[in-house]
Amino acid sequence: MPTKIEKDIVSGQDTTGHEWDGIKELDTPIPRWWWYTLWATVVFAAVYVVLYPAILPGGPTKGLLGWSQYKVLADDQAAATAAQKGMRDKITSAELGAISEDADMLNFAMAGGRAAFGDNCAPCHGSGAQGFVGYPNLNDDEWLWGGKLEDITTTIRYGIRTTHEDSRSSEMPAFGVDEMLDAKQIDAVADYALSLSSSSPAVGPGAAIYEENCVACHGDTGQGDKEQGAPSLKDKVWLYGGDKATVVQTINGSRKGVMPAWAGRLDEATIRSLAVYVHSLGGGK
Amino acid sequence: MPTDIIFGPEMVDIRKDDSVSSIADAAPSGASGAAVSDYAGYQDSVIRFLTVASVFWGVVGFLVGLVIASQLAWPSLNLALEWTSFGRLRPLHTSAVIFAFGGNVLLASSYYCVQRTCQARLWGGNLGWFVAIGYQIFIVMAALSYVLGITQGKEYAEPEWFVDLFLTVVWVGYFLVFVGTLAKRKEPHIYVANWFFLAFIATVAVLHIVNNLAIPVSWTKSYVVWAGVQDALTQWWYGHNAVGFFLTAGFLGIMYYFIPKQAQRPVYSYRLSVVHFWSLVFMYIWAGPHHLHYTALPEWAQTVGMVFSVMLWMPSWGGMINGMMTLSGAWDKLRTDPILRLMITSIAFYGMSTFEGPMMSIKSVNALSHYTDWTIGHVHSGALGWVGFVSFGAIYYLVPKLWNRERLYSVRLVNTHFWVATIGIVLYITAMWVSGIMQGLMWRAYDSLGFLQYSFVETVQAMEPFYIIRAAGGGLFVIGGFIMAYNVWRTIRGDLKDEAPIGAA
Repeated sequence: MPTKIEKDIVSGQDTTGHEWDGIKELDTPIPRWWWYTLWATVVFAAVYVVLYPAILPGGPTKGLLGWSQYKVLADDQAAATAAQKGMRDKITSAELGAISEDADMLNFAMAGGRAAFGDNCAPCHGSGAQGFVGYPNLNDDEWLWGGKLEDITTTIRYGIRTTHEDSRSSEMPAFGVDEMLDAKQIDAVADYALSLSSSSPAVGPGAAIYEENCVACHGDTGQGDKEQGAPSLKDKVWLYGGDKATVVQTINGSRKGVMPAWAGRLDEATIRSLAVYVHSLGGGK
Repeated sequence: MPTDIIFGPEMVDIRKDDSVSSIADAAPSGASGAAVSDYAGYQDSVIRFLTVASVFWGVVGFLVGLVIASQLAWPSLNLALEWTSFGRLRPLHTSAVIFAFGGNVLLASSYYCVQRTCQARLWGGNLGWFVAIGYQIFIVMAALSYVLGITQGKEYAEPEWFVDLFLTVVWVGYFLVFVGTLAKRKEPHIYVANWFFLAFIATVAVLHIVNNLAIPVSWTKSYVVWAGVQDALTQWWYGHNAVGFFLTAGFLGIMYYFIPKQAQRPVYSYRLSVVHFWSLVFMYIWAGPHHLHYTALPEWAQTVGMVFSVMLWMPSWGGMINGMMTLSGAWDKLRTDPILRLMITSIAFYGMSTFEGPMMSIKSVNALSHYTDWTIGHVHSGALGWVGFVSFGAIYYLVPKLWNRERLYSVRLVNTHFWVATIGIVLYITAMWVSGIMQGLMWRAYDSLGFLQYSFVETVQAMEPFYIIRAAGGGLFVIGGFIMAYNVWRTIRGDLKDEAPIGAA
């Protein structure tokens, strides 16, 4: 029961005659452009449901354009696979060493290796392959299991200390935990191990302990042994840290880092590309 | 005025000298004694409580948001504790701002609006207080359970079954209070703000119940009855309509009452309000599937979500037009009234995000935007700009009236709040636009040989500067919240800052 229709002086519009707590309403017509735009979106919707997958009376329809997200994906993947097939086949069947000799193959392997590295290797080795504590830096000259192209390929393919039958594996004894050395001996041999990378190796009780327990893997001058993944102690590169406390911890409890095997997860061309890429990073032998 | 009544359960009567709250004129003459007591005044004590709760939860929710924004820029801020990890604080933030802050603002403003526009005291006696207290208990239960790791794992519907059941009881109470008050109105018609409030209350009840149907297996664990893609669809039917009915329809109710009151101008177009109300509630309910583009959801359902989202553009803008144009003839007030400025800016953000939303629902746009920070930016232009600012405007309007003060402690502080928060929002959403679009483009970039140009971690590294800018913007918004809390507190105490009016020569 609108009782008091008034004219609003500012807009010249009538009010509706309603009033709530002092609020009145104008009887302004809905703007034309509002209606036009609304109907335009309705027309858009009507056209869209005819052209694209939709549900109409009678059930789901596929749309006149035949568009489907599954088809788009399949087509894109097929095109991408086809575009790369030639180079991938070539890299898969080439001699490993020949990949770097051929400019096209090298270019492709480096691009593919970089992309695969970012998605698969960077979480542990870092996006710049700089490594983290326990995860080797791949830019330096120090290689636990060898830095030749073949070595790197083997490491990527089978991993380190994995359950793959061809995985390379080794285990440093936990000298303290397994009570092979007492705390004093560990302290002494840690001093000795640290001294190997300085200009003057220490003489003292540590040398004898080293001779007896460590030489078999790390070598008489601490040069290491890539056959068993025993790191060199002569350089200043330390996987877990080169301070005394960390070295004591390493001798006491051992270390056995694991790298996954990528065979079966990445195809041969990608594994080879990764090897070429990692080999190129600076420290490849 | 004495400062004795801050808020409290004085249930029955509002002081007789409370001219703001008195509707003695409207009381039917010759009414019986019982009726007189019923209509002796509006029930404002519960609104005072809810208003303070709004400000409190607002500051808490904004702060938690700042913490998690900072965690994204500096991850060690998670303190390596499970209780402060991002995964637990993120739902705490979203629930605190949407349900605790937004919910309390909606309760306070709807209780205020429905009484004034119906000229009737809240229906149900103490039921209004039951709802208000019960809602705070719900908030605390939900917040504690998130931090302790008890969750359904459904976004914006994380509380476990016993919290859901409790909220259902409270919400039915809210519905009864609201409808009961409408039923005993003295006005022949129901004001448009109340249509929106009612749509919000009724739809949220349905959404909440259907999405949370679950079979409990213990006190703290249940399994939702929906599975697989049906669960996803139900979840986003709920999730998107939480945006549509909680954060849009409810806050449009606030807009329709507080903007005409603050501007002291008639609503621009009654006809537009009718048409945009019905088109909005009809279209919104179908739009949810746009959250599931390019997923296992059948393509026809994705299409439904997209076309209804596109058609939702004008129904949404109807509210913007009605809000903005209500100011025609009163534009000059924007120079002198920072409360009105907050409200109008909120409508501008509303218009922007309700254009952006339909655009992002188009599948080819969504292919770029989905799963990126663009979505976060879009949500926050709506949440900080629209919901936040219209709420601030309503709170600033309500506080002097509810505590019967001449005006706010400081109107100039409102202006400070406005600018600090506006700069914060602009920093926030521009950082997220740039970050999100960059992120989407980096994900889909291929080199000439067909390899992905960027690894995922490179895209994360590229976003870091924008995370820092976003945290800075959020920090400004938090500061704005503290400014408001201070201003509200001083106003409630009865203090008046001696200051020149804004715009005075």
